[in-house]
Amino acid sequence: MKKVVFYSFATLLIFIWLIPFIAVFFTSFKTMDTLMSTHNWLFPSKIWHFKNFTIAWEDGNMRQYFLNTFIITIPSVLGALFISSLSAFALSKYEFRLSKPILLVFIGGMLIPFQMLLIPVYRFSIKIGIYNSFIGLILFHIAFQTGFCTFFLRNFMKTIPQSIFDAATVDGAGHFTIYRKIVLPLILPALAALGILEFTWIWNDYLWSLILIQSDKYKPVTLGLTAMQGEWITQWNIIAAGSILAAIVPLIVFLLFQKYFIEGLTAGSIKG
Amino acid sequence: MKSKWWVPYSFLIIPLLLYSIWVIIPIFQTMFLSFTNWDGVSPLINFVGLKNFRELLKDSYSILSFWNNIKWLLGFAIMAVPLGLAVAMFLDQGFAGSKIYKTFMFLPMTLSFVVIGQIWSWIFEPRDGILNTFLSFLGIQGIGWLSDPKIVTYSLIMAALWRQIPYAMVIFLAGLKQVPKNLVDASYVDGANSWQRFIYVILPMLRPATVIAITVNVIDSLRAFDIIYVMTRGGPFYSSSVMANYMYVQAFHNYRMGYGSSIAVIQFLITLSFIIIYMRHVMKKEVSL
Repeated sequence: MKKVVFYSFATLLIFIWLIPFIAVFFTSFKTMDTLMSTHNWLFPSKIWHFKNFTIAWEDGNMRQYFLNTFIITIPSVLGALFISSLSAFALSKYEFRLSKPILLVFIGGMLIPFQMLLIPVYRFSIKIGIYNSFIGLILFHIAFQTGFCTFFLRNFMKTIPQSIFDAATVDGAGHFTIYRKIVLPLILPALAALGILEFTWIWNDYLWSLILIQSDKYKPVTLGLTAMQGEWITQWNIIAAGSILAAIVPLIVFLLFQKYFIEGLTAGSIKG
Repeated sequence: MKSKWWVPYSFLIIPLLLYSIWVIIPIFQTMFLSFTNWDGVSPLINFVGLKNFRELLKDSYSILSFWNNIKWLLGFAIMAVPLGLAVAMFLDQGFAGSKIYKTFMFLPMTLSFVVIGQIWSWIFEPRDGILNTFLSFLGIQGIGWLSDPKIVTYSLIMAALWRQIPYAMVIFLAGLKQVPKNLVDASYVDGANSWQRFIYVILPMLRPATVIAITVNVIDSLRAFDIIYVMTRGGPFYSSSVMANYMYVQAFHNYRMGYGSSIAVIQFLITLSFIIIYMRHVMKKEVSL
């Protein structure tokens, strides 16, 4: 009996917590007429209506935004992982005077308000001709995420026993060989966790696309969704379908790799 | 590892170069711009001393934005952190199926604030939205969640908490893993009830997690932008504006880059104290390793 009460309570809480999800899911399959006449947000309609998704995908240009987000996110994640693995290696395995100050600069930078960077980054991008292009946004993401990624990977590399490196040095391995042949394979699990996390963050970025992208043909889903909102302002069913399209990839990635995602989040205990 | 002095720098050169161009140098440039009246277009940049900062103190919208940020800060600190802790404690009991409940709790974290903004705009919709439909079902007059200047900031915080609570929860779940099992067992032997166990045994052990959860939440609250910009653009009449959003409006809509920079600098100075707390904490952990 006690168990029944406990599980009912837990389930009720989770149900309330997920109401926004449930509502948006069912709404995306309804027509506006059904929505307005029934007011039944939490129940599916009798007829499942897929047209909203086609409208969002084709007329709402979600197809293009979707592709753009992939073009932006994947190189950004890979770039940030690669660049920060270099700095993390230097900061974890060598002793030199500026090691700690440099680490602090990386950590401090990842926490500052973005408003501190908006104007100079915007201006710089225009000046060197990468404003309103994929590459401008990608380079910014790589550079900015290097702060968090360095912090994260450095902590992980610190746990690799020193004896492994000593043995390699004795065997005459050069510094770059140690990085490539020993460190990189050992940090693969950390790179996976970090990659999942970074993928979600960059996929969900809004502010930097707003600042650095102007043309519709380069916009990612986040920016695209707000553009859609302007066009279908009171058509909640279409906006709901668009929202699901914008959210589906990070959602699936999370469900597949939840363990990595949570590990990544707690290892750094911070988000960027 | 021993090496010639330049070896670590050869690994650091590219990362540091990128970080300098896109993060470090811009910080100083923004500081510089905050003392100018630059409009973003003209080649001439006029130095105006502290004029922007004096104007900030007189500008009723900047003051309003500052106080709204304080509401966000308190909202995150006194809602997201304790609720995250409560849910973490509840789900950490390890009952059958607790993993699935955790997954469901985590879900909003994977969404962008743009998507969350869309979903909640509709929940708050005055005539047909879920909240007002529910209220009218109870016979209560609907509320202008996003149109009433007195309420709008709280509505936005509520929407943001949906994503923030699970973040705090993740930090506390990790913290709870560090609590030594024998300490908890000993409290059973000593006959402590579950409340005493929580207050005297578990909570003190969660101190590091609590510091992290609070600083991270405060830093996030001072960064709030996306969700506000998507849901209300800071309106109606700046009533839900925060510093981040007011800075964007001044710099990129009104082309007052100098004034916008001064708002960013204030935002930065407030955040800085929490960044220092966070870094000291992280570095302390370092020493004990």
